Amino acid sequence: MKNFNGKVLFLDRSDINTDEIIPAEYLTEIDKGTLKPHLLESLMLDSFSHISDINGKSIIITRTNFGCGSSREHAPWALEVNGINMVIGESFARIFKQNMFNCGMMAVELSSETIDGLFEQFAGSDTFLETDLDKNILIIKNGKDKNKIPFSISDFNRALVKAGGWVEYADSKY
Amino acid sequence: MNKTIAEKIFDSHFVDNPSDDIHVIRIDAVFCHEITTPGAITDLAARHKDRVFDPSRIKAVIDHVSPAKDSKTALQGKILRDWTKKHGIKDFFDIGQNGVCHAIFPEKGFVRPGYTIIMGDSHTCTHGAFGAFAAGVGTTDLEVGILKGVCAFHYPVTIKINITGKLGKGVCAKDVILSIIGKIGVNGATDRVIEFTGPVVDEMSMDARMTLCNMAVEAGSTCGICSPDTKTVDYLWDFIKDEYPSKQDALQAFQKFTPDPDAKYEKIIEHDVTSLEPQITFGYKPDHVKNARELSGIKVDQVYIGSCTNGRLEDLRMAAEIIKGKKIAKHLRCIVSPATPKVYMDALEEGIIKTFMEAGVCITNPTCGACLGMSNGVLAEGEICLSTTNRNFNGRMGKGGMVHLASPATAAATAIAGYITQN
Ligand code: SF4
Repeated sequence: MKNFNGKVLFLDRSDINTDEIIPAEYLTEIDKGTLKPHLLESLMLDSFSHISDINGKSIIITRTNFGCGSSREHAPWALEVNGINMVIGESFARIFKQNMFNCGMMAVELSSETIDGLFEQFAGSDTFLETDLDKNILIIKNGKDKNKIPFSISDFNRALVKAGGWVEYADSKY
Repeated sequence: MNKTIAEKIFDSHFVDNPSDDIHVIRIDAVFCHEITTPGAITDLAARHKDRVFDPSRIKAVIDHVSPAKDSKTALQGKILRDWTKKHGIKDFFDIGQNGVCHAIFPEKGFVRPGYTIIMGDSHTCTHGAFGAFAAGVGTTDLEVGILKGVCAFHYPVTIKINITGKLGKGVCAKDVILSIIGKIGVNGATDRVIEFTGPVVDEMSMDARMTLCNMAVEAGSTCGICSPDTKTVDYLWDFIKDEYPSKQDALQAFQKFTPDPDAKYEKIIEHDVTSLEPQITFGYKPDHVKNARELSGIKVDQVYIGSCTNGRLEDLRMAAEIIKGKKIAKHLRCIVSPATPKVYMDALEEGIIKTFMEAGVCITNPTCGACLGMSNGVLAEGEICLSTTNRNFNGRMGKGGMVHLASPATAAATAIAGYITQN
């Protein structure tokens, strides 16, 4: 199973599409590792620098409809090779979400109030998040605050995460 | 009973339902091409799972960029080639025997009614023309298909589109599907299967049904399906004649996969084509559709006839009939890519290639080529192309190029006139 704990990158925008996550010009790359420096290279977000802001982060918290546009699985891969295995947001594009779980990664949906609250309380500070997959709890903290947030994912997606993705799940089960 | 075609196929291929609406099904054929498969191959190797579930059920082709245009595309081809060799995958079509995946695989008899097929390519829905469930998938799903011969899907919900009336002269399957997409929109069938039925579909050849099903994904559909009938049997007969004593027996076996009369559909759409005119797209989305005459007079730089939508013999015939004895407009280039070597050979024998060449048309080898803007006819910025392909996305055939999708007949008439016109 992948690691779902670590420092949080806040992306305060909705409808971040897969072209912004990883531009089309890198689709002829065969080795996932080559995608690493290009993650979020084309993101349209003021004062965001993909070079310095991504470094050391393991989790993204964002707004609605993350991963819309082209179905390219290069989007989760580009996250994965940067050590980002989890995206938390209000909603996701359908194919992006399944691609994440197929890769043993997580796309977790929380209510808009909860997301608003997280941005207010934690964005801009050094924030750390821990995932308790058995209890369905996210623990988020910075220097002064600590919140426990319940979350839910479907049984099938949970099984994919536990198995480390659809390849491992299917290989052991079928 | 009361089942749709897709439900019957799912139920006969059931493996597991790991959560309520998810069904894992057995896959009869996994198709591979050189753009999306190398990622799956290298990932399997990295996981120490470099295996295939059944080499006889995996079919592979180099088609998107053929022959290779640079080192990167050469490497993609090489990875696929070496892998098929290593695993004893006999049905591999290398440069010289290769053609566009969704044209060559049916032509080789790899598709049967009731089959389940996946491929890392969104136009896999084309094979639904044979009464199969065929879906495009992501790389991880392809990988699992290669390794285990299974795939997970939402249990199918079907929209039935009943196509009635009579097609006018010069109006064909491409116009029908464009008009349907124009009507229901690019999201009109998202995560749904479309069953195409009605007298117009019954009349259509297998080539035409493939054109119809090919663009189902442009309305968001997972798969477009036609009910198997005598035309399906006739098309496949050479490949199945040892399996069935007669065509009648084959038909009977295939009819297991026709929908029950009381099958449940999410929606039934009636689509009358009696007064349908030739169609064309005008914007950057496949549902931006108008009557072709509404765009007439727009000057065109390139006409492209080919692809998994309209690169088959019938399409080339349709275009050649219009071009015969004429010359293409001086300021314009016209490119024809026969979809497979067999299409190319048949077109040669029928004199179609000669007709094209005498008119000043450029004939390429069978490949996807310009369709995805990677080779063989990429547009320059600001250029306009009338194309028989299936996607008019911004930049699809070259950065800054404009693509109008239409039928081979409209393409041929436009090539002669030099501006958009219908036959
Ligand atoms: S011809 Fe075009 S649409 Fe068809 S498989 Fe090739 S690239 Fe895709």
